[in-house]
Amino acid sequence: MSGFQSNNAVIKWIEHRMPIFSFIDHSVGSGYPTPRNLSYMWNFGSLAGVTLVVMIVTGIMLAMQYTAHVDYAFDSVERIMRDVNYGWLIRYIHMNGASFFFIVVYIHIFRGLYYGSYKAPRELLWMLGVVILLLMMATAFMGYVLPWGQMSFWGAKVITNLFSAIPIFGEDIVVWLWGGFSVDNATLNRFYALHYLMPFIIVAVVVLHLWALHQFGSNNPIGIDAKGPQDKIPFHPYYTVKDAFGLGVFFVFFAAVVFYIPNYMGHPDNYIPANPLSTPAHIVPEWYFLPFYAILRAIPDKLMGVIAMFASIGILFILPWLDRSPVRSGRFRPLFRIFFILLMIDCVVLGFAGAKPPEGLWLIAGQLATAYYFIHFLVILPLLSVFETPRPLPTSIGEPVLKGGGSMAGAPAKPMEKA
Amino acid sequence: MADTATAAPADSGETRRDFLYLAAGAMGAVGTGAVVWPLIASMSPSAEVLALASTEVDLEPIAEGQRITVTWRGNPVFIDHRTPAQISEAEGAALEDLPDPESDEARVQRPEWLILIGVCTHLGCVPLGQKTGQNRGEFGGWFCPCHGSHYDTSGRIRKGPAPTNLPVPPYEFTGDTTIVIG
Repeated sequence: MSGFQSNNAVIKWIEHRMPIFSFIDHSVGSGYPTPRNLSYMWNFGSLAGVTLVVMIVTGIMLAMQYTAHVDYAFDSVERIMRDVNYGWLIRYIHMNGASFFFIVVYIHIFRGLYYGSYKAPRELLWMLGVVILLLMMATAFMGYVLPWGQMSFWGAKVITNLFSAIPIFGEDIVVWLWGGFSVDNATLNRFYALHYLMPFIIVAVVVLHLWALHQFGSNNPIGIDAKGPQDKIPFHPYYTVKDAFGLGVFFVFFAAVVFYIPNYMGHPDNYIPANPLSTPAHIVPEWYFLPFYAILRAIPDKLMGVIAMFASIGILFILPWLDRSPVRSGRFRPLFRIFFILLMIDCVVLGFAGAKPPEGLWLIAGQLATAYYFIHFLVILPLLSVFETPRPLPTSIGEPVLKGGGSMAGAPAKPMEKA
Repeated sequence: MADTATAAPADSGETRRDFLYLAAGAMGAVGTGAVVWPLIASMSPSAEVLALASTEVDLEPIAEGQRITVTWRGNPVFIDHRTPAQISEAEGAALEDLPDPESDEARVQRPEWLILIGVCTHLGCVPLGQKTGQNRGEFGGWFCPCHGSHYDTSGRIRKGPAPTNLPVPPYEFTGDTTIVIG
């Protein structure tokens, strides 16, 4: 891993005055040593970054055509769909891009949960990631309001009303958020302004996220630190090419949805213009909010429901101090693996419970799944770190591979290495 | 020499410099607050939103048992011409059964006319029950489809997650059959 070198006179001239080329080389180039055993689960960080860029680019194009006014918003979106050149394509990419962004980020988060990527010394990296998730949720929510369909309007009304649960000041805060006495033009305008602003705040926090990442580098599937240069390979070309391949596969799925089932993840009700006097019979948020919606509705008290919903994300901030097990990777934690799978099932159950009306069996299932979600983080993880006996760890990342890979039975396919 | 900032008297610590830091910091905080306040206040309802504050309604064409919806400040307002049965049901409810105890008399000016802001106090949906055939919930008033809150014939919460009764807007009778809301 020698320092950056170039014989090009222009590059040398610039590098001497502003060392941007060596900065790039140390960030994503051959000067960034990376664990040699990263699986395809480690593709999702760069996928999220690319998706963010896709969202910003398509969003800027849409902003050139969209009108943020209650009388024109719905029609301007229909105009984008019918009259604007390739408007349908740009909007469908943006609309489904939001869903794919959440798919990618949720996989990225569960990868971090399984391989203990939140543990020391990466706590701050993890917490910055949770901040990004919160910003994404706010951005997605406000973006969904902009087409001003029925789901836009009533989603905005229900979610902003969450703040009315705050004691004493709640009602005043909601009126301030709305800029009026109901969700109206003032609300639509500020949501549009903030929806345009927040992606750039996300970019800023992503920079911090990468800064924190490069301090200690990526975690890896066996979760032990690199013992020396034999455990690492340069990011470029090994992982640039691996990320590029993963990106190609990702775009196949993305394109399939954009071109063949663009409305699969949406709600038909949002193609009805907003009507402040008539609530749709069944209000549901976008799929990526369903587990949180289930938690909100699981608790019969308004304030406690809102607190539980925010706590379900807030708890991730203190996760590094709840799971005290010194072993990072779930691969060497036989009991943790079982509970990790239960947590994934639990989140899927919450998702289904959030999609159904809150009555009968689904309400009970949502309540049990909510309880289990918090028990997992607050009870099971702390107890596991005391009572679980982890399996013996390999002595180094390189050893099992260099010796022929006997103990790495579960390792996903690795690219061939010309060592 | 005593006037220079660097030569603080030995017996007093650095009180002069501390004072300057505090005074400058306090001025900075006050100045920041004075600049931020207009920005925050600009997001509150503007003058023209506040000006749209009253709605006049003619009650003459509303038959007994009929409910109509009007708009006030962007929100639906329910006007219910209650039947004697509905009135006696509302007046007969025991206050200790109510999550948000309030007598029916305190919620109406004339018992046959119930005026309510038609926004569920849970999360802001419009409850069903205004049109014939809609679900009116278990207490014959209104039912919110979003999260299952049941309101009675006085618009009081009886069952479900909503914390308070449907609010009564300020209104007055300007004639026998006309009201002004707001």
